[in-house]
Amino acid sequence: MYRLIKLIEFVGKVSQFGFRVVLDFFHPPFEAGQIGRQLAEIGARSLPLVLASGFALGTVMTFHTRSTMVMFGAGAMIPTVQAIAFFIEIGPLVAALLLAGRVGSGIGAVLANMRAAEQIDAIESLSIDSFKFLVVPRVVACVIALPILTVFMDFSGLLGGFFSEYAASRISPQLYLVRAFAEMAWSNFIPPTLKTAVFGFIIGTVSAFFGYTTNKGAKGVGEAATNSVVVSSLLIILADVVLIKFIFFVFPENAL
Amino acid sequence: MSAETKGAVVFEHVSKSFGPKQVLRDVSFEIPYGQALCILGRSGTGKSVTLKLLISLLKPDHGQIWVDQQEVTRMKEVDLSKVRRKMGFLFQDAALFDSLTLYENLALPLQRLSKKTQEEIDSIVDRVLGQVGLGNDKKKMPSTLSGGMRKRAGLARALVLEPKILLADEPSSGLDRITASEIDELLIQQKSEYQTTVIVVTHDVHGARRVGDLFAVFDKGDLVAFGTAAEVEQSEHETARKLISES
Repeated sequence: MYRLIKLIEFVGKVSQFGFRVVLDFFHPPFEAGQIGRQLAEIGARSLPLVLASGFALGTVMTFHTRSTMVMFGAGAMIPTVQAIAFFIEIGPLVAALLLAGRVGSGIGAVLANMRAAEQIDAIESLSIDSFKFLVVPRVVACVIALPILTVFMDFSGLLGGFFSEYAASRISPQLYLVRAFAEMAWSNFIPPTLKTAVFGFIIGTVSAFFGYTTNKGAKGVGEAATNSVVVSSLLIILADVVLIKFIFFVFPENAL
Repeated sequence: MSAETKGAVVFEHVSKSFGPKQVLRDVSFEIPYGQALCILGRSGTGKSVTLKLLISLLKPDHGQIWVDQQEVTRMKEVDLSKVRRKMGFLFQDAALFDSLTLYENLALPLQRLSKKTQEEIDSIVDRVLGQVGLGNDKKKMPSTLSGGMRKRAGLARALVLEPKILLADEPSSGLDRITASEIDELLIQQKSEYQTTVIVVTHDVHGARRVGDLFAVFDKGDLVAFGTAAEVEQSEHETARKLISES
């Protein structure tokens, strides 16, 4: 019972925190400079990880699916399956989980360290709204960066799949692309990519919450980093279930 | 006490608790404009909390706090921001922003809170860094500075908005005697040249006696002595007498 109360209390606090992010975002000053800095930190610096992971995952996925597909005489469908799997689910989800690990822990640790070192108090003492200055830009950068990184993830996965398939069947790039996108509709690409903005909001908000609200000194830095990754990863998976149902409701053809 | 007669800083019956622990108990004092108050006391007696209450990083449970004629405890955040601009805060570990250079640390409040041009900002930052002896270090990151340099950089950031009231939380802690003395000189200079009201929390009685006009001694959350050095030396409270007379 005590844990349930604590859980409800936590959900309430994080929701309130996220709500404040949204409200503050629409009030000046808009912190464009800070958002730019965070986009570079969160987005650009995550790109190599996302590209490498997407490529490796795409390669491995083709390794695993190829034998079964060929057994059922569906070898020609390998690029299609690869594209649909990556664009609809693997790309968005894996990109989000990777970002939760790399960026979520970073946001949690940096803000917790700033809290422990009284840097957040220092910002407040300078009449600067620390929440708007530190938290909002990080969340906004996550929301913007994740859909973009997801697109890179999707295409690097496809590229990995192509190389794997090329090694096995010498398929031409043109034919691979034609087959990959033969069954793809915009509704297979746009909604799943845009849903990652929600994942970005979760990563940014949860990580910033743990970092910004800690009051445990140096111990809090480690805790904030760990909790940021664990909780945001869990919430991403839960949100994915809800968002998939929502996408199926709005685009029923995707459910077929 | 009417608003006209109030000093730069006034505490009226201020109490503060964290959970069951009472950190300040019914504390009242007043600091006239342009004077320096040194707050002394053993660790954990509410000295740093007093500074944080003053700049409204914490709110008191009871009582009123007046800063430059304005009561701050029930003030809205927008108005509080204007009051904070009158104050500079040197934190215990300087609290410089790790990701910014020394120049950026000082320029940030000017860029955010003033309408000065970039040239004016550059000029102010150069002048203030020169004052604290860091004129050649403005491109350095805080992590590359020594403890004394960090303290001076923190002081420079606190001074960059030309505050009427300067708060310093243990400015000499962790520093050798010579560096601590340099920091004290900067505080004295700020008080005498700019008539800044200075409030210093310190364990360094030697430095406190050089900087302070007034002394407040805290013990277990109570303000047990307040006044000039001579008055505190005559205090009935033994801890106050010991703290002020320690060499």
